[in-house]
Amino acid sequence: MSLTQWRGTPPEHAPGASAFPEGARATTAELRIPATHQVPGDPGTTADRGEAPAAIRLTEVSKVYGRGPRALLAVDRLSLTVATGEFVCLVGASGCGKSTLLSIIAGLDTATAGQVVTGGQRVSLMFQEPALFPWLTAARNVELALRARRVPKAERRQRTTELLETVHLAAFADKRPHELSGGMRQRVALARALAQDADVLLMDEPFGALDAMTRDLLHDELERICAERALSVLFVTHNVREAARLGDRVVVLSSRPGTVIEEYQVPRTGPRRIDSVQVAELASKVTDRLRDEMRHHGH
Amino acid sequence: MAIRTQPADQVQPDLERSAITGLDSLELGLAGTGRAPGRLARKYWTATWPKLLAIVIVLAGWQLFYLSNWHGDTASGLVKSPGYTLRYLGGQLQHAPLWQAIGVTVRTAVIGYALAVLIGSAVGALISRIPPLRAAVGSIISGLQTMPSIAWFPFAIILFGITTSAILFVMALGAAPSIANGLITGVDYTPPLLLRAGRTMGLRRVALYRHLILPASLPAYVAGLKQGWAFSWRSLMAGELLVIITGQAPSLGILLNTAQDNLDLSAAIAVMIIILAIGIVVDGVFTKVDLTIRRRRGLLLGAAR
Repeated sequence: MSLTQWRGTPPEHAPGASAFPEGARATTAELRIPATHQVPGDPGTTADRGEAPAAIRLTEVSKVYGRGPRALLAVDRLSLTVATGEFVCLVGASGCGKSTLLSIIAGLDTATAGQVVTGGQRVSLMFQEPALFPWLTAARNVELALRARRVPKAERRQRTTELLETVHLAAFADKRPHELSGGMRQRVALARALAQDADVLLMDEPFGALDAMTRDLLHDELERICAERALSVLFVTHNVREAARLGDRVVVLSSRPGTVIEEYQVPRTGPRRIDSVQVAELASKVTDRLRDEMRHHGH
Repeated sequence: MAIRTQPADQVQPDLERSAITGLDSLELGLAGTGRAPGRLARKYWTATWPKLLAIVIVLAGWQLFYLSNWHGDTASGLVKSPGYTLRYLGGQLQHAPLWQAIGVTVRTAVIGYALAVLIGSAVGALISRIPPLRAAVGSIISGLQTMPSIAWFPFAIILFGITTSAILFVMALGAAPSIANGLITGVDYTPPLLLRAGRTMGLRRVALYRHLILPASLPAYVAGLKQGWAFSWRSLMAGELLVIITGQAPSLGILLNTAQDNLDLSAAIAVMIIILAIGIVVDGVFTKVDLTIRRRRGLLLGAAR
């Protein structure tokens, strides 16, 4: 495990120690008491998760923007663990620091206090916008990610082809981003994220700008790819149904400052559909909790 | 494109699309891909006829001016008809001196512009990378851009004497600020999202510049290069009229000067037509480059792909 960053709190727990106690979450916020909710008919997943090594471990992470009286607390002592191979969805009202959190984990931003441990895993980040380089073709966009990792040239071509095949875009390798549809661009972005050989995929509302049908298809694809590659995923969304559709666990964040207020464990019962009863049930539960939270904050 | 995963003819686009995309597959296939030869010819005709019409109108106006004898000295032979002038130009084009003059001028243009590109690019790169430098000279560069370059000639002549170096100096000075500004603007306007994406991918320092910032700033840089060319070409013409270098092959400017001394209107107009033609050709090259870049990036509305 590598300690990517810590500030404010000393690293009491030595890197490599088997686990932060699950109780770490209990100390997250003295004000609100976090609870792990179990969806009915789901015994014992928590225990399994306890044994899996963590892909991401956040301990009491806070983020303050600005200084002095105008300082803005965006994230407040947030603790969260994503186990290896786990798919965690983060939902919360806008401005609850979800994107900030992903930036911190990806190393694009630094936490003001707290500890971020990514266990030496490669992390890659996907945005709501595909953020492809418009002057490069789909294949070149993917290849550049390989090139940034100094993959030898001969290998790059083959890997690029494989990655584009993975996202079913082999036929569009020579197209430039503006010649692709929104969903296809996100597929290229996904291939590019995979090209970074990441063990952990951070996704910031990646399908937010797509229509429901395209999104549905991409959910299936993402699920398949994550299973094939044993990826750990932290998926931020404001779409509760999407979270219920995809997540092994749905984590609800409070309004600003963001911190974990609720977690819902989802039973692994094979592939789900976004219009299934289980997804709808969980979604309505999460929605109620979010609505509750917003009411408290006077939204 | 080096990477080709599958020959285009093996792909069944319709099948492929329906298998992988949802509703947004409707976004595809809007652009016409057919490029029949007839369409190409029509395209060129559409682009050409307004220019031809403009030339015809100018020639007609000139002919009328000549026929009206408004100046009162058609009889003295000072004002010539367009037909006479064009015949004169045609005749000159068959003799070496005019081509030599074109050669001298174009050579100076290329050297001066190359100097401007080197200096402008280097200065632009430095300023965009070093914030204190920008604070120090950023506004000076914008100021230099608005200063008519002809005002530099006394300075240049005092420094370099009546030499080609004086002309090159003013050309470089006139064009470099535009080029530097173009590069700085391009770097500044690199989309922050792409920068985040690039950093996530692990692009750092030189690689970040090479693969992201420079390509992203290309359109603004080309716009700067184009403006820089216009400035340096004007400086060159002004320079050749002001800095009369004797004892070497005449340039276009010297031919103009000779025409002025001889009160030879046809010769003056003939040289002016040459100068105009060179300017139009170079401008056309820049426009073409700019359009190609924008089309590749999908920045041209409704353009064929």
